[in-house]
Amino acid sequence: MAAPSDLNIDRIAELSRLALTAEEKVRFSAQLGSVLGHIEQLSKVDVTGIEPTAHAFPLHNIWAADIARPGLAVADALRNAPAQRENMIVVPKVME
Amino acid sequence: MNYEAVIGLEVHVQIKTHSKVFTRVGAGYGHEPNTLTDPVVLALPGTLPVMNKAALDAIIKAGLLLGCEIAPVCKWDRKQYFYPDSPKNYQISQYDQPICIGGSVEIELPGAARNIMGEHKKIPLARIHLEEDVGKLNHHAADSLVDYNRAGTPLMEIVSDPAMHTAEEAYAYLTSIRHTMIYGGISDCDMEKGQLRCDANISIRPVGETKLGTKVELKNLNSISFVRDGIAHEIKRQLAVVAAGGKLIQETRDYDGQTGTSQSLRSKEMAHDYRYFPDPDLMPVQVDAAWKEKLRAECPELPFDKQRRFLRDYQVPYTITSVLIPERGLSDFFEASAQLAGPGRAQAVGNWIANDFLRELSAAKLPLGASKITPASLAELVGLVEAGTLLNTAAKEVFVAMFATGEAPAAVVARLGLAAVPSDAGELETWCRDSIAANPKALAEFKAGKDGAINAFKGPVMKAGKGKANPKLVDETLRRLLAGA
Repeated sequence: MAAPSDLNIDRIAELSRLALTAEEKVRFSAQLGSVLGHIEQLSKVDVTGIEPTAHAFPLHNIWAADIARPGLAVADALRNAPAQRENMIVVPKVME
Repeated sequence: MNYEAVIGLEVHVQIKTHSKVFTRVGAGYGHEPNTLTDPVVLALPGTLPVMNKAALDAIIKAGLLLGCEIAPVCKWDRKQYFYPDSPKNYQISQYDQPICIGGSVEIELPGAARNIMGEHKKIPLARIHLEEDVGKLNHHAADSLVDYNRAGTPLMEIVSDPAMHTAEEAYAYLTSIRHTMIYGGISDCDMEKGQLRCDANISIRPVGETKLGTKVELKNLNSISFVRDGIAHEIKRQLAVVAAGGKLIQETRDYDGQTGTSQSLRSKEMAHDYRYFPDPDLMPVQVDAAWKEKLRAECPELPFDKQRRFLRDYQVPYTITSVLIPERGLSDFFEASAQLAGPGRAQAVGNWIANDFLRELSAAKLPLGASKITPASLAELVGLVEAGTLLNTAAKEVFVAMFATGEAPAAVVARLGLAAVPSDAGELETWCRDSIAANPKALAEFKAGKDGAINAFKGPVMKAGKGKANPKLVDETLRRLLAGA
């Protein structure tokens, strides 16, 4: 399936922090196109009068009491960090 | 052309809970980096969030205090973005169904003088929603260090309508939110600890225009005075740009309170595209009337309502109430003491608290709760002074001793021999007679109608009484004797 004309693959790549090659752009545009096509089909269903729901089950108010319990040891918390310093995770310099 | 500024504030308030909002690892400030994490905080695969009931109670209470409508049903959404402060690459927040809708914040603007109450007005709110706080980044020259202790702390975002017009209003608004949240026990609102944070949306438009101008978002207003200074600075900057024929651009600016300047932040994305969608891991929350009413019953009197009541019921001056009201514990202490002291003595109680008590607490670096002075002992001290048993100067000494030892005022008076003398009226009368006899010139003047001449007799009497004679009694006795002389 061809990509819809309003699909901006460059913008999506930027939001996803992905550097795509020209070939990948074509390939992923087509793949995303078929996903969007599927959603398009869903959009055609008449939902007039049906209340929007946030969840498939009619469950509400699932919670726990505010009782703190111990968490991870620092060494465990940092185990997956590619780099660490002063018990913190090192990331490239970023500015928000 | 005349311009007006339009200001809307987004205020983030951390909710004071024991554990985080969607997992039960402890929440808090000042811990060693990355010691308050668990698999949910770090978004390890397979983990699921579980709502903290206390955080819901707190935000509903905040909504009730600010007159919001509490939504019968609300849900949580994922706000997607890439930034290392959020390990999940999304923040759980509320998008189109916030838990609190509308409401308002009562503010007080500065009065004409410090002892005059300023104008009050109500700033309408758009909404309050519950979300999770994010981790903290420490920026260094070459990289940034991430601490996830703060990530997942329950956070309320209180969004005002663009309804303020001056930096003073914004300052008053933030102050009022702070007092209200502290009264409600919802947050300690310590800005230095990041428990209260504020971003401002500021634009200007010609007076009379109803459309909003180009909006600038001002970030990093991390103290209450920076909020006032930063907004005042931004309004001036925008007016200058327009006056010079320039055009304002929509941007985010960072305010530096140390230098009093702001600079544009590089924008990573043209416009944010957060791709919100309902978080399938969290169930919606339904708030019924019984839950709401239970929380309403726990809501304290609002600070401004309490101030109006103090002014009306205790007849204390406005300046005293403005010292007492911001701290709930202090105002409760005042009220308890004023009631024990009895009618007509509330102002004296207020004066003792606003002057001596606060001075001693601050010198001793003690919180109110650790004080040895109680509402009852202060009321007793005021009673001794009012009855004339204790003079003001001696009372100050008694107060300092009470503060240090926790003794009852009567015990301090007895121990230090500070009671006003003479208790025996005969001795005082003798001193007065002697003083009058020793000064015929003043006696003649007084008889000739010069009322002030009476003061000439008082010095020797006070000296004879070693400064402990009750001036009121001295005056009365002298007048009685002079009338018969």
